[in-house]
Amino acid sequence: MAEKTYLQAISDGLRLQMRHDKRVFLIGEDIGVYGGAFKVTQGFQEEFGPWRVLDAPLSETAIVGGATGAAMMGLRPVAEMQFADFISCAWDHLVTIAAKQHWRAGTPVPITVRLPSGGGFSGGPFHSQNPESSFAHIPGLKCVCPATPEDAKGLIISAIEDPNPVLFFEHKHLYRRIKGEVPEERYSTPIGVARIHQPGDDVTIVTWGAMVYTAAEAAAKIDDLSVEIIDLRTIMPWDKDAVLASVRKTSKVIVLHEDTRTGGFGAEIAATIAEEAFEHLDAPPKRITAPDTPVPFAPALEEAFLPQVADIVAGLRELASY
Amino acid sequence: MAAGTVVEVVMPQMGVSVSEGTVTRWLRNVGDTIEADQPLLEISTDKVDTEVPSPGSGVLQEILVQEGETVPVGTLVGRIGTAPAGTPEPEPKQEPARAEPEPEALRTEPEPEDDDEYEEAAPTPRQPVAPAGAGNGAGERHTFVSPVVARIATEHGIDASTLTGTGRDGRVTKKDILGFVESGGGAPEAPPEPKPAVSLPPPLPAEPAAPEPSTPPSTPATRTPAPTATQPVELERGETLEPITAMRRGIADHMRRSLDTAAHVTSAIEVDMSKVVAIRERLKAEFAASYDVNPTYLSFIARAAVETLREWPLVGAELRGESIVTRNYVNLGFAVALDGGRGLIVPVLKHAEGLNLLGMARGVADLAERARTKKLLPDDVQGGTFTITNPGSYGTFMGTPIINQPQTAILGTYAVVKRPWVITDDAGKDAIAIRPMMNLTLTYDHRLVDGAYGAQFLRDLAARLQSWGEADY
Repeated sequence: MAEKTYLQAISDGLRLQMRHDKRVFLIGEDIGVYGGAFKVTQGFQEEFGPWRVLDAPLSETAIVGGATGAAMMGLRPVAEMQFADFISCAWDHLVTIAAKQHWRAGTPVPITVRLPSGGGFSGGPFHSQNPESSFAHIPGLKCVCPATPEDAKGLIISAIEDPNPVLFFEHKHLYRRIKGEVPEERYSTPIGVARIHQPGDDVTIVTWGAMVYTAAEAAAKIDDLSVEIIDLRTIMPWDKDAVLASVRKTSKVIVLHEDTRTGGFGAEIAATIAEEAFEHLDAPPKRITAPDTPVPFAPALEEAFLPQVADIVAGLRELASY
Repeated sequence: MAAGTVVEVVMPQMGVSVSEGTVTRWLRNVGDTIEADQPLLEISTDKVDTEVPSPGSGVLQEILVQEGETVPVGTLVGRIGTAPAGTPEPEPKQEPARAEPEPEALRTEPEPEDDDEYEEAAPTPRQPVAPAGAGNGAGERHTFVSPVVARIATEHGIDASTLTGTGRDGRVTKKDILGFVESGGGAPEAPPEPKPAVSLPPPLPAEPAAPEPSTPPSTPATRTPAPTATQPVELERGETLEPITAMRRGIADHMRRSLDTAAHVTSAIEVDMSKVVAIRERLKAEFAASYDVNPTYLSFIARAAVETLREWPLVGAELRGESIVTRNYVNLGFAVALDGGRGLIVPVLKHAEGLNLLGMARGVADLAERARTKKLLPDDVQGGTFTITNPGSYGTFMGTPIINQPQTAILGTYAVVKRPWVITDDAGKDAIAIRPMMNLTLTYDHRLVDGAYGAQFLRDLAARLQSWGEADY
C-alpha cells in the first residue's frame, strides 16, 4: 500500500475504473488539457484520449444534461462540477430528470457528479458551500461524502458502478492536507455503511467529510471523556443502524456538520435519533453546524462561520455535564 | 385541611434480600373504611405472595400504586386517613418513610449488611430546593428524568427520584443509575455463582439466620429485569399475553441458576411401604380425633429422612465458597404447588429434627395451608437445608427435580401403588406378593455428594421406611 493524498486517491479510483470499464467517461470544465481546477484529472486525457475526457463549455446545465442523456443511452459518465456551488445551474436536469427517470420510466441513470465542496480557505459564498443536504432530500439521488483517502477511492468506484445518480462530495480542504494508506488495487467501498473513526463510550459525534478531523481534534482535547466518532461516509443512504447503535451505547450525541443549520442533514439524523432511540437518550441530541448565512469571505468571519474545534469541545463539555 | 392523621401504607420489606414488590390486588377501594390489621392489599415478591394488613384504622384515601405495578420496598403505595370519608386531599404528613405497616414478624429482622446500599439510597432526600410536591419551576430540574434513565429505572424497579445525581442540577444521569444498578442497588441479574462474599453469616449460627432458599445471601436482590418493559412481544394468532409475575420470574431465575450451579445427579430406590401403610391406617383415626391432623405419607417420609440425614450429613450440607458447611439440625423445605400453575413455593419447617410424627404432620399441614392462602411470612421460606418434593400425589413414579440452592439435595417422593413384588416368606421361599410400593429419588449435587454416598442415604432411608415400627416415628 502506498500513502496517497485524498486527491490522489480520487484520481486513482477514477483512473482504475476508467481502465476497468470502457463505458466510463469524464466531462467537465477544464478537466482535459488543463487537468482540472484541482488537478484531479491531470494526465487523464493523455491516457484515455479526448473522447473519454471531455472539456465542456462553462455550462453546468449542459454538463449534467449531457451526462444524463449519455447515461440513459448506456454510458457511465462522471461529471465534474468545478465547485459544488455551481451545481445549482444543473438542478433541473439532476432533480427533475436524473433523480426521477428510473421511477418514471424504469431507465437507470448511472451518472456520477463530482462536487468539490467545503470551505476553510476564504473561498467566499460561491466556492465554499456544502450543499449535500439539499440533494439528500431528493428521492432518487445518492450522496457520498468520504473523509479518508481510502474511502475516497473506494467510494468513487462504488459511485460509478451504482446504477443511480450519485453525488460525490469531495472536500477541498482534505485534498492535499489528508494523506493515508490506500490499497493499490481497484476496490469498492459500500455506499450506506458508516465507519467508526474512533470508538468511545460517553458521547457520540456523528459527522462526515472534513468535520471528522475537527471532531477528532476536539475529542483529543478532553482527556476524561470517551468520544465515539462516526464518519457516516455517505449521507444518502445513511447508516442509521450504526448511529442508533452508538447512541444506545453512549446516550448522548452531537450531530456535527459544516453545512448550515436549518434543514441541514443533521436535523434528519437528530430527528431519527429522537424517534428511534428516545428511550436511550440521557441528554437532548445536540447539533453543531454553521449558522444560517452564506459563507463569508473574510477569514475571521469564515472562522466564526465554520464549526471549530473549540465549539465542539464546548459542546462535548456541555453534554458531559448534562 | 383535614383534621385527622394520615397513615402511610408502604411496600413492606418481605425478606432480607427482597428489594421490591408487586401490588397484585387492592382488597379495598378508595373511600372504603378499614380497621387496623385488616387485609388491605395483596403483594407479590420473588419470595412470597402475601396480604398486607392495614397499618391503621380509617378510610383508604389514596391508592398510589396500581395493581400490577412493581415498586421498591419502602415506596408509598397508599394513604389511610382517620378523617371522615369525603375529606379531600389531606396534607401528606412528612412522616419518616416507614409507617410500620408490616406485621410484627416482618420487622424483627435487623437490616442485613447486604441490603445496605439499597436502604441507604432509598431515603436519601432530594436536593433541598423545591418543597416536596411542588412539581414546577426550579424544582422540575431536580426531578427531570431522562428517557434512558426512566427506562433503566423501570427495568430494574428503581425509583430514580430517590438517587443522588451527579448531572446538571443534581439530575440522575445514565451513569449514576447504571452505577447504582451495578452496585447491586436495583434488581440486576445476579451472576450465577457470586464469589464467596464477606457478608455471609457465620457458619452454623445458633439461631439460623441461615441462607435463604432462593438467593445466596451475598446478592442483594436476585432477579432479571422485567422483560416486558422494553421488549414488546409479537403475538401470533391464537396466542394470549400476560405479564410474568414476580414469583414466576423468581422461580425462572432460581431454576436456571441452580442448573448452572450444581452438578445434578438423580438416584432412585423402590420402597415397600407396607409397614408405613399399616401404621398410618392405625393412626389416622386417632390423629383426626385427637389433633385434627392427617398423618400423611409425606410426614412419615420426612421423619425417616430427618433421621437418615443424621447419618449422611453431606446430603444436608452446603458447598459455600471453598468450604463445606454441615449442620446439626434440619430445616426441612416442602415444595408446595399453587393452584392453576401460579407457581411453586418452598416453605421451611425449622428444626425438623425436634419433631415427632405428629409435629411433622402438623407443621407440614400448616405450611401448606399458609402457602396456598398467601399467609406465609418471609421467615417461613428461608433457611432450608434439605427439601422434599412430592409429585407422587399426582401418580407419577419418577422425576428429576432441581435442587433448591444453596442446598445440596432434594428428595422426590412418588405415588404409592400396589405392585406384584417378590418376597421371601417365613419358610424361606420366594413368593409373589401384592405390596404398596413407592419410588424415592434423591437428586444431589455431585460436586459435594458422591454417587455411593447418595445411594447409601437412599438405601438407609428405604430401610427405615420398611422396618420402623410405630414407636420409631
